[in-house]
Amino acid sequence: MGMLEGRWEEGFVTTTLEQAINWARQGSLWPMTFGLACCAIEMMATGASRYDIDRFGAGAFRATPRQADLMIVAGTVNFKMADRVRRLYNQMPEPKFVIAMGACTCGGGPYYKYGYNVVKGVDLVVPVDVYVPGCPPRPEALLEGLMRVQDKVRGMKELTRGQPLQMPIPKRSGSVLLPDELADPQKSLEFLAENKEKAKPTKA
Amino acid sequence: MGAAEIVAALEERFGPAVTGKKLDAIDPFATVDPARLVEIGTFLRDDPRLRFDLLNCISGVDYLETDPKKVAKAGFEPHLEVVYHLSSFAHKHRLVLKLILPRWKDGVEGQLPEVPTVSGIWSTADWHERETFDLCGVMFTGHPDLRRILLAEDWEGYPLRKDYEFPLEYHGIRGR
Repeated sequence: MGMLEGRWEEGFVTTTLEQAINWARQGSLWPMTFGLACCAIEMMATGASRYDIDRFGAGAFRATPRQADLMIVAGTVNFKMADRVRRLYNQMPEPKFVIAMGACTCGGGPYYKYGYNVVKGVDLVVPVDVYVPGCPPRPEALLEGLMRVQDKVRGMKELTRGQPLQMPIPKRSGSVLLPDELADPQKSLEFLAENKEKAKPTKA
Repeated sequence: MGAAEIVAALEERFGPAVTGKKLDAIDPFATVDPARLVEIGTFLRDDPRLRFDLLNCISGVDYLETDPKKVAKAGFEPHLEVVYHLSSFAHKHRLVLKLILPRWKDGVEGQLPEVPTVSGIWSTADWHERETFDLCGVMFTGHPDLRRILLAEDWEGYPLRKDYEFPLEYHGIRGR
């Protein structure tokens, strides 16, 4: 940016067209109004005021696949529905993204073994970008999934192609702060030994 | 009327068409001859003592032990049952009718066992019979529109039969 830096008055930002488009695109991922089962209730909760998916620019649920960028497959996909899901996916304009929401869409869920009519994962029907497990996932989990899609959008390299050339590294991983006795390796060993000592059966 | 009196009324009217009964069950039931089901149903609905004006549901039950080690202990021969739960709003009493059918008609695999439809007696039976046909594979003769109701039209097999095999693929989607 050196050549352009400081050539205009304050308030100007220089960027690449690609970055600008990706920024705009990630902030207006319009999902399709599309729910199949109980996960859809959680998806609606995500859209409502408490969790408010509109904060991420994905609150405009479109009633037609032709205006949608994002398909949130929320709920059990059965074989009868799978044809319709695929058709809806085909009707969406590029670039398009798919979130598989819930255990059923990720891999069949509770219907995996005995469900004669349930597709064992929606990735057998349409290509899936982000899997959100849970039964059903909390709205926070769906928002996390949405942010992963946004990461993917941010990593898009070619202007007209849907897929990024390289996989983005998640910026907000689900890391947690460990308690003191587990964070330090030395202390954790001591903690382990102490616990083992405590767990020994006492001779009565 | 109690279940015993209802079954007694049935036996009085139809005699040998009532092939069995169990009155000490939680839901007392009578087993009847499928060939005379329509007559029996009309009697149950129209008789002023009985007035069974509501058909709660129709169920299909497949009695088949698929594990060869447990067949001896299963305690039943392989067969199919169709169960009718009936209620009367007028008299506030209930009855369960059961039909015992072979798993396949004439023992030929793929030939569905036949039951006369009761959709002319209780119109709610229309969709219930379609569902039983769809999932259990019972052919209801005389039904006005016997198509699959839950599964896709081109589905093969009857999934709630014990010996049903999941499809390997359906419309290009892997099934198992």
